[in-house]
Amino acid sequence: MPHLDLTDVTVRFTPKNKPQVLALDTVSLTVADNMFSVIVGPSGCGKSTLLRLVAGLHEPSSGTMLLDGKPIEGPSAERGMVFQSYTLFPWLHVRDNIMFGPKLKGLPAADCGRIADELIAAVGLKGFERSYPKELSGGMRQRVALARALANDPKILLMDEPFGALDSQTRQLMQELLLTIWQTHRKTVLFITHDIDEAIFLGDVVHVMTARPGRIKKSIPIDIPRPRGIDTLTSAPFMALKREVLGLMHAEAVLADRG
Amino acid sequence: MATRSYFAPKVEIPRPLYIGLGLASVGVIFALWCLLTYGGLTPPDFLAAPHLVAEAAVKRIGNGTLLDNTEASLSVILLGFLFASLLSVPLGILMGSFKVVEAVVEPITGFMRYIPVSALIPLLILWVGIGLEQKVWVIFLGTFFQQLILISDVSRGVSKDLIDCSYTLGATKRQVIWRVLLPACMPGVMDNLRVTMGWAWTYLVVAELVAANSGLGYMILNAMRGLFTDVILLGVFTIGILGLITDTIFKVLRRRLLPWSAEF
Repeated sequence: MPHLDLTDVTVRFTPKNKPQVLALDTVSLTVADNMFSVIVGPSGCGKSTLLRLVAGLHEPSSGTMLLDGKPIEGPSAERGMVFQSYTLFPWLHVRDNIMFGPKLKGLPAADCGRIADELIAAVGLKGFERSYPKELSGGMRQRVALARALANDPKILLMDEPFGALDSQTRQLMQELLLTIWQTHRKTVLFITHDIDEAIFLGDVVHVMTARPGRIKKSIPIDIPRPRGIDTLTSAPFMALKREVLGLMHAEAVLADRG
Repeated sequence: MATRSYFAPKVEIPRPLYIGLGLASVGVIFALWCLLTYGGLTPPDFLAAPHLVAEAAVKRIGNGTLLDNTEASLSVILLGFLFASLLSVPLGILMGSFKVVEAVVEPITGFMRYIPVSALIPLLILWVGIGLEQKVWVIFLGTFFQQLILISDVSRGVSKDLIDCSYTLGATKRQVIWRVLLPACMPGVMDNLRVTMGWAWTYLVVAELVAANSGLGYMILNAMRGLFTDVILLGVFTIGILGLITDTIFKVLRRRLLPWSAEF
């Protein structure tokens, strides 16, 4: 049974004193249960808007969005999100940041603590439980953000270029960590990026978007076996897929550049 | 190397040098003061010598008048500042994050912020006299509108992603306000209270210079009538020291209450 179902989702908006913009044009997308889906597209193609729709932070102008057959209405803890910008609560230390969601749900303190401690171990931050976000590096902050989103045990995990602000070595480590966690927790993931390597390395399927107005141009299954590691990045199937996605993306980038 | 020079922009200097330069600048001013007075370059009714200010201090501390005047000024400033802050902090936070509140409050604050509070003193004297209430009103009006605008900017500056992120973690609107918006504003609120406390001292003296029968500003004005420059300087120094103390209290409070926020 498909988990997330978007049908003919269209978003128009009108910036101040400017003509109306068609950001997303009849996007249809299915994200199956426990699949790792990646959306890749040129900047400004509306991929972040698409993710925010699923998060319930925006409303589509038309179209339907179903999660487990139920319409998506407003934000909810069942659709957790990790942002590109650092969104940890600066006044809470690592453990309290992770417990934020479970506490809101009203879970007993002991359960909140157990969830937090498990996730702290999973993201490799043992010993930093009492650290404030200002004391953490960028990579560590995003690990906490990931743990915090997972603490709610969401039905789907939405990730909006979560490693976009990190240096390339840290980014590679974070991608491996994310896959490890995904393989143990088996979550449905919808991941946004403009980095083709990242998309292919992580995804079960990569959806390539067109330049504005955003549409799904092609969905490419990634049949590279898991677990994937650093050798995957230079393997022949990876290269072949990269060539294909690069070709699709390049055509769109040229279009986007011409405005 | 230009980047090693102490005169290049943004270059750190050793701590002892920093302290040394600070002491030197105070020392130079003090030396100039001594030169002008003990060197006979200025008459005592123009500028009192350091030992005369010290004597005035001993005398007025001894007979209790300095303490009385300080107490009068402090109670005015604390009351006015407290009332202003109690109103401006919640209203400012709402104003910066809720367009409805902003639309209502903005026209009034936009107008009031450009009116020097000294222009309102005559009206305040007519309405409430020259007692404590008048001066508390001056402090209140002088700080409230400035605080409101500064704090609404703090609230406006809270990252939208932080708010959105809270919703995706399951927070309701009410929870976002109390558990996210409010704590996120606290460092900026503390900084701006500290800044406006400095301004409050300015308004206090203005209020006391115009109309008062006690307080440090009153003491200074009274001394001017008799050309007692030693007492004038004593009043100025007392205000300066009290200002430094309140500033330090704010700094310590911020470090104690908000250890998680970046240093400023």
